[in-house]
Amino acid sequence: MDPGFPLRCGRDDGICCSQAELRKRMTTGLLIVQILNGLQFGILLFLVAAGLTLVFGVMDFINLAHGVQYMLGAYLAVTFVALTGSFVLGLVLALAAALVFGLALEFLVFRHLYERDHLDQVLATFGLILLLNQGVKMVWGAAPLSVPLPAFLTGNVALMDGILYPTYRFALIGSGLAVGALLWFIVEKTRTGMLLRAGASNAPMVSALGVDIRKLFMIVFAFGTMLAGFAGAMAAPILSVEPGMGDTVLILAFVVIVIGGIGSIRGAFVAALIVGLVDTLGRSFMNDLLRLFMSAPSARATGAALSSMLIYLLMAVVLFVRPEGLLPARGRT
Amino acid sequence: MTSAATTAEVTSVAPPRERAKVVLPAILFLLLALAPLAVTIGMPAGWLALLTRALIFAIAALSLDLILGVGGLVSFGHAAFLGIGAYVTGIMITEGKSEALVILPVILGVCALFGAITGAVCLRTRGVAFIMITLAFGQMVYFLAQALSTYGGDDGLTLYEKSSILGFNPFANRTSFYYSVLIALAGAYLLVRGLVASRFGRVLRAARENPVRVSVTGFDVTRVRLIAYVISGMLAGLSGFFLANHTEFVSPAFMSWQRSGELIFMAVLGGVGSLHGAIIGAIAYLIAEDALSHLTEHWRVIFGPMIILLSLIHI
Repeated sequence: MDPGFPLRCGRDDGICCSQAELRKRMTTGLLIVQILNGLQFGILLFLVAAGLTLVFGVMDFINLAHGVQYMLGAYLAVTFVALTGSFVLGLVLALAAALVFGLALEFLVFRHLYERDHLDQVLATFGLILLLNQGVKMVWGAAPLSVPLPAFLTGNVALMDGILYPTYRFALIGSGLAVGALLWFIVEKTRTGMLLRAGASNAPMVSALGVDIRKLFMIVFAFGTMLAGFAGAMAAPILSVEPGMGDTVLILAFVVIVIGGIGSIRGAFVAALIVGLVDTLGRSFMNDLLRLFMSAPSARATGAALSSMLIYLLMAVVLFVRPEGLLPARGRT
Repeated sequence: MTSAATTAEVTSVAPPRERAKVVLPAILFLLLALAPLAVTIGMPAGWLALLTRALIFAIAALSLDLILGVGGLVSFGHAAFLGIGAYVTGIMITEGKSEALVILPVILGVCALFGAITGAVCLRTRGVAFIMITLAFGQMVYFLAQALSTYGGDDGLTLYEKSSILGFNPFANRTSFYYSVLIALAGAYLLVRGLVASRFGRVLRAARENPVRVSVTGFDVTRVRLIAYVISGMLAGLSGFFLANHTEFVSPAFMSWQRSGELIFMAVLGGVGSLHGAIIGAIAYLIAEDALSHLTEHWRVIFGPMIILLSLIHI
């Protein structure tokens, strides 16, 4: 039989394509969807990592509780969206509440830790995670919650024939990019941003030049809290909202920061997209890739193990080649 | 003659700090050796199991104290070594090799290899980045264990047999298990103490204070730190061996990043860098955890603020 014999491919218009071509179209479609998923994941990671990298860079403060801010953003979104019945209003209220909570934490705990060594910071913020993860469980319960998709963003966008992608995820990518652009504008073009960059390069010098470094710290901190809360609230409709959801994101944000270079927003952006894409594509295509040169069961086992380790291996390679990260903050040694 | 007398006097009256370094650990180990007697005079039998568990974690906390307290390197991925030790034990017992003298060399080898590779990468950075990278590597092993579907994956692996040593089964009996762990702990303590007192330990301590000065003096700081990191990981692997035998179950949760955080807390609680402090810290932590979790299922709500307060008032 002729191997190129046209087969029916299920399309009603009677246009037929070869089996190989059909498979190719499906793979292309899947690839596009997965790339978009990777971008969307990367954008979420960027929102969390941006605030964290500034806190590290400017204050040399390791805040493990940053992931908890992300989780709180999501939980507050659950409550306020349910309360107001409007996604946008709920989002705004959740952001405001996340900010107030973050500032309260700054006042009560973090403020007393800036001068301490990293060990104290790690322990205190670790205690905070234990407290808040459990606290969330007591207030909202241990069962996963969700936020309904906003009505104006339900539905799908057709990418090519037969391949749909949810509108909300596009909105998420778009709003993340918008926040990224806003951040770029603030950091590169405003006076506060200038002080931030200077602080990330050499905080004691900025302080010596007469800038109120405490106030700067507070602005940085408030900013980071808002971004993490925003990421959590935006993720709430597509991920399940549960205690401990911030921990995974926190560790991935660490990987992003280390790859991008501590204190560098540009680095965080590039690294977040790389990590998002590598992780998502690795998880979806590693099996098929390994199938090319090993049997199906061993490919499945190896693929599962390898794809979950992929970003950490990537981080190790980047660190080995460039210990200061891909795009380190300028003037930082 | 007078000078000789003065010397004798000086050596006999050691400074209080030095004396504490000998007396406190001696009392500690004496109490631990006598602890099983408490069961015979009426303490509940579960108490000895708790104490055994505490001593197992004491080995891990002690090993962490070598790099964290003595070396000044805040490693947030130490539970990975504990987990590797537990998983190697679990996998080898499942595969029918329960002889401890076969399992232990494999654990030490795997932990040394993992420590050497990750340590070489981690030690290229300092400060905050070091904390984050050790955490990330710990997480990597965690996800690897989750993906091990042949050996239980996310659900963990139940052990239907304990390890034996040359035909003896010291882990079958509660008291002999306790003493096995205590002997291992004492051995680990003497090893780490010997290391700290040696020239190697002095370089490690000096590098914590001022790495630049030490490297200018001609020592390879990274190499010394890497060796300490590897030894510390191997000892933590040893505690993983006991932990798997004690719980008769291993799961990815053994090496979750919270576990790494708990190990840091144990090492800090008893006084960081003092070695016997890590043992006291581990025992105190496990007893407090046990007591609080009997009190309420939300014990972390009490425990979290306790950790925050203790680090705020700078223990």
